[in-house]
Amino acid sequence: MKSFKNHLSLITALFTILFTIQIFIIVERAIASYEQNLSQQYSIIVIANSTLQNSRFIEAHPFIERSETITVDDVLERLTRDMKQKNVDLLKLSLPKFYRIYLKSYPSPRDIDSVGNALKKIPSVSKIESFAQSHDTLYNLLLLFKNVVSVFALTILAVTTLLIIKEMRLWQFQHSERMNIMALFGAPVWLRSAVLFRLSIVDAIIASGLINAAFSAIEHQRWIHEQLGALSITLTLFDPIRDGLMLFGIAMGISIVLASMIIMGHKEEV
Amino acid sequence: MDKVILAQNLTLSYNTQESIINDANLSINSGSFVFITGASGSGKSTLLKAFFGALQPRSGSLIVGGVEMKDIPSKKLNFLRRHLGIVFQDYKLVKEWTIEKNVMLPLIISGYTKEVSETQVDKLLQHVRMTHQSGKYPPELSGGEQQRIAMARALAHNPIMILADEPTGNLDDYSANLIWRLLEGANTQLKTTVVVVTHHIPEEITTDYKHYHIEAGSIYEVV
Repeated sequence: MKSFKNHLSLITALFTILFTIQIFIIVERAIASYEQNLSQQYSIIVIANSTLQNSRFIEAHPFIERSETITVDDVLERLTRDMKQKNVDLLKLSLPKFYRIYLKSYPSPRDIDSVGNALKKIPSVSKIESFAQSHDTLYNLLLLFKNVVSVFALTILAVTTLLIIKEMRLWQFQHSERMNIMALFGAPVWLRSAVLFRLSIVDAIIASGLINAAFSAIEHQRWIHEQLGALSITLTLFDPIRDGLMLFGIAMGISIVLASMIIMGHKEEV
Repeated sequence: MDKVILAQNLTLSYNTQESIINDANLSINSGSFVFITGASGSGKSTLLKAFFGALQPRSGSLIVGGVEMKDIPSKKLNFLRRHLGIVFQDYKLVKEWTIEKNVMLPLIISGYTKEVSETQVDKLLQHVRMTHQSGKYPPELSGGEQQRIAMARALAHNPIMILADEPTGNLDDYSANLIWRLLEGANTQLKTTVVVVTHHIPEEITTDYKHYHIEAGSIYEVV
């Protein structure tokens, strides 16, 4: 029972750390996916006095992905129903050219300024509309969300680290007697520490198994995907190979570091 | 006769504190039975600690089993300890291990196979009359029984020398007598060197022995 409790406390601490990491990864992925959506929806309108090629925009700034010409034909048709074709053609020639500029990713306000300045340097560009105000509100909201999640994750990591340190002291106390006795009979360090490493590796495997099971169950919850879908976010919450292996590696790393610290901190006392 | 322990001008101390053993000379022959006596705090246990490498000599020389103990590398110390059997007043058994596993410890460390270890443990438990308790854990046993297990563990790997620190200090007369018989048996039958640190030499000892006494940091041979 005592041994089970010892296992449980490390498994709980490891599980919490892994859970926090995976939640942080999911939020990062969700934000990245949402930013991708926003970047596809977001565009800057450019008004130019002459025709500009797509390549001219791409050359202007590395952030620019492509440009699209906004056709004014439909609007003109409604406005010029009673006009002669010759006059309509003249009007068309005198009208400025409208372009929609798409960016590679969702820009920060500074990126928008930078792109705007680059576009202004193109001689024929007369006006730029970047919808900065509504963009800034959304961007700041995303930033706030990111920061809140980061602070939350860091807090949990700090608390669980303290838990692990406490656990380490407990283990140090529990295992030092056995390690001392083994040392008295000439056991090499690897043999004295074998039990400790076995315990920590087993706990890391159990914690990783539990986290795999928990996130596999979460991955199959339709309502979560529906809620994300409502925000046009489609993502993999948990990839058993990529995420599972990464979390297993982290759990093993923490456990081995923990056991090594206990062994290094051990002093023979008789 | 081979010297299993040879101390020359040996000085022992803990950290920078004043020395506990001062400029001492002592020699113990292989196969002998030796008592080291002294008052509480005289340095008996400190000397024993130096014999099994838990304390390094501050100055002088201490050779145990042909190995110089001053600045001994840990690998060499481990090797030496695999040839020693140590018995303590507080038994020093691993509480979470069964009696059988505790006795098996030196055999596991020395790399014996499972089959050989099990046979040896059975023999030893029989020798210390503890076969019926093999599956139990140390806290389930009395002090005398725990010390018998500690004795079995000390004998398990046929050590060249048994170092015993007040082995009967916590025991009743019956258990104490049993421990003395076991130590004498190891010395007379197996020719194992036995070094016992104690307050008083017990009257029931029948074997020939050598007696050292520690007083005011010096070691004297009592003839």
